[in-house]
Amino acid sequence: MLDFQVARRQGEFELAAGFTVRDRTVTAVVGESGSGKTTLLRLLAGLTRPDAGRIVADGIAWADVQAGIFVPAAGRPVGYVPQDHALFPHLDVHDNVAFGLAATGVPDRVARARVGVMLERLGLGGLSRRRPHELSGGQQQRTALARALVLEPRLLLLDEPLAALDVQTRRAVRGQLRELLGTLACDTVYVTHSASEALTFGREIAVLERGRLTQLGSAEQLMRRPASAYVAEFLGVNFLRGAVGDRMAGGLLTVAVGGGRVLVPDANLAGAVTLIVRPRDISISREPPAGSPRNVFAGVVDELIPEPPAGELLRVSLATEPPLVAEVTREAADALGLGPGMRVFASFKATGVDVIPDTESATLAG
Amino acid sequence: MIAGTAVLAVFIVLPFVALLLRVSPTAVVARLRDPVVTGALRLSLVTSLVATAIVIAIGTPAAYLLATREFRGRRLLETLCDLPMVLPPTVAGFALLMAFGRAGLAGGALKALGIQLPFTTAAVVTAQVFMGAPFFVAPARVAFAGIDPRLLDVAATLRASEGFAFTRVVLPLARPSLVAGAAMCCARALGEFGATITFAGNLPGTTQTMPLAVYVAQQTDLDAAVVLSILLLVMSFGLLWGLKAAPTGWLGNRSRAGLPGR
Repeated sequence: MLDFQVARRQGEFELAAGFTVRDRTVTAVVGESGSGKTTLLRLLAGLTRPDAGRIVADGIAWADVQAGIFVPAAGRPVGYVPQDHALFPHLDVHDNVAFGLAATGVPDRVARARVGVMLERLGLGGLSRRRPHELSGGQQQRTALARALVLEPRLLLLDEPLAALDVQTRRAVRGQLRELLGTLACDTVYVTHSASEALTFGREIAVLERGRLTQLGSAEQLMRRPASAYVAEFLGVNFLRGAVGDRMAGGLLTVAVGGGRVLVPDANLAGAVTLIVRPRDISISREPPAGSPRNVFAGVVDELIPEPPAGELLRVSLATEPPLVAEVTREAADALGLGPGMRVFASFKATGVDVIPDTESATLAG
Repeated sequence: MIAGTAVLAVFIVLPFVALLLRVSPTAVVARLRDPVVTGALRLSLVTSLVATAIVIAIGTPAAYLLATREFRGRRLLETLCDLPMVLPPTVAGFALLMAFGRAGLAGGALKALGIQLPFTTAAVVTAQVFMGAPFFVAPARVAFAGIDPRLLDVAATLRASEGFAFTRVVLPLARPSLVAGAAMCCARALGEFGATITFAGNLPGTTQTMPLAVYVAQQTDLDAAVVLSILLLVMSFGLLWGLKAAPTGWLGNRSRAGLPGR
């Protein structure tokens, strides 16, 4: 478990944030560029000193400004994968991964064996003599992960691990990375500016805005009760996991989600997928809607929550199958007479749904 | 453009050709046993190599500090480090004399330690270090400054001490520039004349390096001067050519940086 609360001033900018990462879970830190994400990672890694606060991992203080404790990076069991991976360009894959073992004085023979196991685990077995510039983006990323993981860190810090990859590779790597993170015996802090990555990877999502933590919670909590306009806009979305089902006429595909099914545009998909439906794309009506919307769900209004900053928009949680959150204006809510317990119809267009394949296999060839 | 290049080429090549045509190859070979020549050759080689070694030993950490640390007066220090490159060598030699000469600023202190520098072989090395150091320090500084600091961040999170990171990351990545700088420094030391003659004098066997011997022989023994000049020419050319033609495996970043496990 990692628990911290730190502050660090850099010129005009000040980062002051803290949260707890539960054992063996991934916390995604999401925010726009300049929100302090990388500074936060550097503080956790021990590359930057906090001005105030403390960092405690498994009961051990890595930093405690009041007590005068600061364990620098080399003394922390941390694995750090910076943006663009920062592989050592003069070393091949094997020697990149062996670097930390050599630095800690692990005997050659033992190091070789451990590196070999790690390379196999990450599918880099045949590439050990390649130099970084001879690797694809995905292979570079796995090498950087292997280099960090071979030391069996207590805390893994990932800085935009998918950002350096092209779209095609990102799609393939996303699934592999999620699988890998699920098997790790360490806590992970995953920094990203991408809402969908944060929602996909984080069991909990920490939202940073201008150096402050504005919300910490699960994807569902962010969706139901967004704490800021930024969260409402980018993170408070209906995030539905499902499995691709039948193909329909008109270029549509059914996806089984919870107790219901959602129609989405057919894009040669199969297997597990994640659907994103923006609350503002969901209409609420008292009668079944006529016309074009393809997805209609009947259910009872669960609660109405005014949205930051001004409360002119309302979040409407619906006990539908699957549960949905819609966004309506206050006037619309008043016109409909919306209130908890009221039976309504929620509808949205198939074309309004973003579909993210969970793994590479979710995308069929062609 | 072609005409200009041709003029430049002729202008540079002609003096060398003149030198080479002046004495027959057999005469050159015969002269290689001449004690004036061998004495100067040995002295030049030894002092230049020692001076280069000293510059590498002192210049590497200095260049690294200048490249990676922010502190007050850094720019001034950098400029001072580069100064000998453009300073007239006689001025440098004179300044050295004022500093380390018997009546110089530090002369008394040196004398108390039983050290007398001027007009000794050590003075030759001192002059060469002074004049050659910028040719190593300047490129070393640029190379160190060009290393991605994130590599060192990663090294630290991989539990590497600063020393380990320096020898396994910084040095291998900077090596091409360090090697080139050391070669330029050595070439400069070999050719050093003005500071040497001013500070170390011109004593055959002790301080008379090859450039000094050429200058003297020019007036007494023209053939010896030509032979010494040809030797210097060949050595200087060899150093530069070696830098350009060196296999990338040696100059480039192909080392394993001593990591375990092949």
